[in-house]
Amino acid sequence: MRYETDVTVIGAGGAGMAAALSAHRNGADVILIEREEESGGVLNQCIHNGFGLHYYRKDLTGPEFKETLEEELATTNVKVLEGTFVLDVSKDKKITFVNSKGIHEVKTKALVMTTGARERHFNSLGIPGDRVSGIFTAGVAQKYINLQNLKPANSALIVGSGDIGLIMARRLHLEGIEVKGVVEILPYPGGLERNVQQCLRDYNIPLYLSHSVTRVEGKNRLDKVYVSQIDEAGRIVPNSERVFNVDALITSVGLIPSVKPVEFVRTGPGFITTNTNQTTADWIFAAGNCTVIFDLVDYVAREGEKAGKYAALYAKNEYVPEERITIKKGKNINIIHPSYIDPNESTKLYVRVSKVFQRAEITVEPLGIEIIEEEARPSEMIEIHIKSFKEKRIKEIEVSAHELG
Amino acid sequence: MIAVIGGGIVGGLIAREINKYIEDVYLFEAKNSIGTGITKGNSGIIHGGYDDPPGSLRAQLCYIGNQLYDEISRELSIEVRRIGSHVIALDESELAKINELEEKAAKNNVKEYRILERNDLFDMEPNLNADALMSFYCPIAGVTEPWKVAMQSVKSVELNGGKVLKNKKLVEVKRKDNKFELSFEDGSVYTADLVINAAGLYADEVARLFGDEVPAIFPVKGEYFLLGKDVKYVNSVIFPMPSELTKGCLVIPTVDGGYLAGPTAHEVKSKQDFSTTRDGLAEVKEKSLRLVPSLDFSRNVVKTFAGLRPESREKDFYIDIGKSSVIHVSGIRSPGLTAAPAIARYVVEYLIQEKLHINLEKRKDYISHVEKIPHFVDTDYGYWVRAIEQDPEAGEIVCFCNEVTKREIREAIRNGARTIDEVKFATRISFGECQGSFCVSKILKMICEETGLEPKDVLQNEKGSWIIDSEVRTI
Repeated sequence: MRYETDVTVIGAGGAGMAAALSAHRNGADVILIEREEESGGVLNQCIHNGFGLHYYRKDLTGPEFKETLEEELATTNVKVLEGTFVLDVSKDKKITFVNSKGIHEVKTKALVMTTGARERHFNSLGIPGDRVSGIFTAGVAQKYINLQNLKPANSALIVGSGDIGLIMARRLHLEGIEVKGVVEILPYPGGLERNVQQCLRDYNIPLYLSHSVTRVEGKNRLDKVYVSQIDEAGRIVPNSERVFNVDALITSVGLIPSVKPVEFVRTGPGFITTNTNQTTADWIFAAGNCTVIFDLVDYVAREGEKAGKYAALYAKNEYVPEERITIKKGKNINIIHPSYIDPNESTKLYVRVSKVFQRAEITVEPLGIEIIEEEARPSEMIEIHIKSFKEKRIKEIEVSAHELG
Repeated sequence: MIAVIGGGIVGGLIAREINKYIEDVYLFEAKNSIGTGITKGNSGIIHGGYDDPPGSLRAQLCYIGNQLYDEISRELSIEVRRIGSHVIALDESELAKINELEEKAAKNNVKEYRILERNDLFDMEPNLNADALMSFYCPIAGVTEPWKVAMQSVKSVELNGGKVLKNKKLVEVKRKDNKFELSFEDGSVYTADLVINAAGLYADEVARLFGDEVPAIFPVKGEYFLLGKDVKYVNSVIFPMPSELTKGCLVIPTVDGGYLAGPTAHEVKSKQDFSTTRDGLAEVKEKSLRLVPSLDFSRNVVKTFAGLRPESREKDFYIDIGKSSVIHVSGIRSPGLTAAPAIARYVVEYLIQEKLHINLEKRKDYISHVEKIPHFVDTDYGYWVRAIEQDPEAGEIVCFCNEVTKREIREAIRNGARTIDEVKFATRISFGECQGSFCVSKILKMICEETGLEPKDVLQNEKGSWIIDSEVRTI
């Protein structure tokens, strides 16, 4: 079977569903492809609330957020292919995929990549120790508990204080698994402040900042985790070792954007895009965690919506950018997204600072934008709105942060 | 009945070789799975056979083993990629050693090698250390998946009427008439006419149960990094100039497109110590970066692991008949994987037939070919589509990193895989960059569906390696 379409969207998580809807609303024929048997991505297993506060102005659980999008999709003629795996995206705009019905090809005018991210695995960290079971990424533990009703531990240590790690500390605790602490290598938590409060402090779960796992031990199943303090230069502080007797280590040590199978556009490590979500191949757009890792699904869905719109316009030859202005990371900036601006369109700039500030002033030059952020931290994404502008001489924009005395 | 003790590559291939003549072969494996000892944690290299000490049993069997891998690959449906190997000279002192390698190769009767000058070397391997001056290139060297050789061998034994029994740890041996009464830890007893001891790290201890002494075995740990497929580093196996003790720390392309860096070689106390160490991993990094400076240990690491090799003070294979008339196949250190098919023939054709004067005749009903379920993503689309028409599960990708279908996984379980690692080593699930994050929970479910096991009874590998404690709530 062969298909032709205006817009193909790969990945039906929050970004992909929003992209498919918006491409449809902008008049495109849309195919949405999902490799899992069910759409929704990680939303399916995030049964806690706190989703949708910005995007829907409602406090939803993950599954409710997904269902809201799914119900809207059901009223459209968007073709959703679940249990479908993309084998190849070719430069001549052909997408080959496989599912239980066979191997098929779509000829598309535009593509939106909304392939999300995967969790960095403990095995890749090169931490020495025994070969044991009982080491799970937070997402896997969450899936076992929330979707499969399976309890993978009796006692646990969490490594990494990203949001998923914090959420899982609470979740494990509530299901009767003894959580002996959360270990974070950096001197500040990796997740949102609200999660540190609601998931750790509220349950008296200790947070060990500037600590790192140095060794895991056990005979077949995990038994002991060795943790030491780390100094500013990243060295182990002598005599600071603690031993945790736990049968599980739950890791939340970062997310890595998934960009497969598109291999011919610029990535770093996620897709590099413009404010209109266009990658370095003009027919391929990208949004959500496959570009940079966002704090909230609300941002992800908003980006997906935008990508879907521009992909639809591109497919109809109604969006052709004239020029792109580079956005550069200046002083004290760790992450910036997007990397390029089409000045005819407005921009939502997402910024992460590279250290903790009491009071940060963030500047966007030469546009003359200055914003003040109280307690700016790398773990909290800062949004900056930039209006479209006609100043043609600007070739480069630089974003910097500095402490206000 | 002929008993083979040990279900690694060596035991598996010996059982298969005997099975060509005699149906009544039993293979006893102490662990919960086949090929999980020495067989699992090594470099996976089919060596060229040029550099083993001339006159040693290693040298005698390595080259023959290398040549036999064509047949093994065909008959057991195993991937063998003859990607070649380079031994690199990085400075003037190492240049001189290239001559020594040539002399050894001549003594070992290995002719398949070339000396490559710098330009030719860098045409083939542009990412090598820029100091590299010359290489000893051996085009017949290659890589394979050692555990697959063991797994397919035992499959061949089962196909031809032999028996493969796991969780059979030999604890006592009694002589009865001319037979051996073998008692296992689980209380079972079997009587064998002939016994072959291929117990790997434990071959010295097993020999003692028969009242025989073989050279003592010292476990030597080798630590490795596995790097992902995203970056292209090298095309062939890269060796440093070898020392007296080891072949050194290498950079090795794996069969499925990743890379291994390692191993170290340090004697350890325990035969059960498969742990990685801070010093060992640091050593691998330092040494492998000397060969390929672009190896990205900060972003490209998939996992680290350690394996044990059965070293003896003699540093050679010990393959002989003990005074008990048991055949001991011991001290199978590097190049044991390469030599294994030749060891199997040596045992059957030389030790059993010539030295023990047991006349064997080839079975007429012997089936030499063992099928494997194809890895569909590597087949052509026409074939794959027909497979999906017959079984829609052939179109459902479960492992996203290595693109393994539900059909492949189900087949592995139907072939006897009961643990996550058995499915992993049969199909390559969870070998990729996500290390099973997306698929292991689904595999666990499938094992339960197929076998009736409860989730809490599904193991990662050995006894005690549980994954699930219980249900969260009883419904």
